[in-house]
Amino acid sequence: MNKVLFFAHLRDAVGSEFLSLDASGKTVAELKADLAATYELPRMETVMTAINEEFASNDEVIGDGDEIAFIPPVSGG
Amino acid sequence: MKMYEISKEAIDIQAVIDKVVQREAGAITTFIGTVRELTHGKKTLFLIYEAYEAMAVKKLEQIGSEIEQRWEGSCVAITHRVGRLDITDVAVVIAVSTPHRADSYEANRYAIERIKEIVPIWKKEHWEEGEAWMGNQLETVAYPSGKPEAGDLDE
Repeated sequence: MNKVLFFAHLRDAVGSEFLSLDASGKTVAELKADLAATYELPRMETVMTAINEEFASNDEVIGDGDEIAFIPPVSGG
Repeated sequence: MKMYEISKEAIDIQAVIDKVVQREAGAITTFIGTVRELTHGKKTLFLIYEAYEAMAVKKLEQIGSEIEQRWEGSCVAITHRVGRLDITDVAVVIAVSTPHRADSYEANRYAIERIKEIVPIWKKEHWEEGEAWMGNQLETVAYPSGKPEAGDLDE
């Protein structure tokens, strides 16, 4: 299983801070596309992804137990 | 001592500065990021900052390592606030000490610019006529649609 975290406008769109689902074997891009379709997530092309708290590329494959986070453009500071 | 922190409470500025005091230093620069009322003529009422805390701390640590490699003898401490912040509240404090002052100014500037690139922290602007998550650093693009929508107006 995987914990998938959402922040900022994505959290509002999903209606939850995180989802528990099985994404192992999928690439980041595949998971992104699945969730974007299910939850009608806006502007996913601008959203970065982290696996286990480190930025990951779209072609990286998700392993069982990995924590995934979708990172919209940041606005700290 | 934790050099990189996400804080739900008001930041103790002096405490951040004290972390970088070192006998080798000839300068400490402190950057204090505060909540501005007017952005391009638009009046902010308050902000909500949210962080992916575990990753945000790691990314602040990464910025600190980058600085310590690039500016010899430097020491860095950063605290970023989360939660609701009102106008003039302190959102971030960056303290950098170095042997010589020029490095201290440069390294501190580098830290804030990197925060705006890689640290997973977001702010939600609340205006009189609505609210939106800010999506880029020019503060011209807000998600989901670039400006408050009709549906937001009653909030």
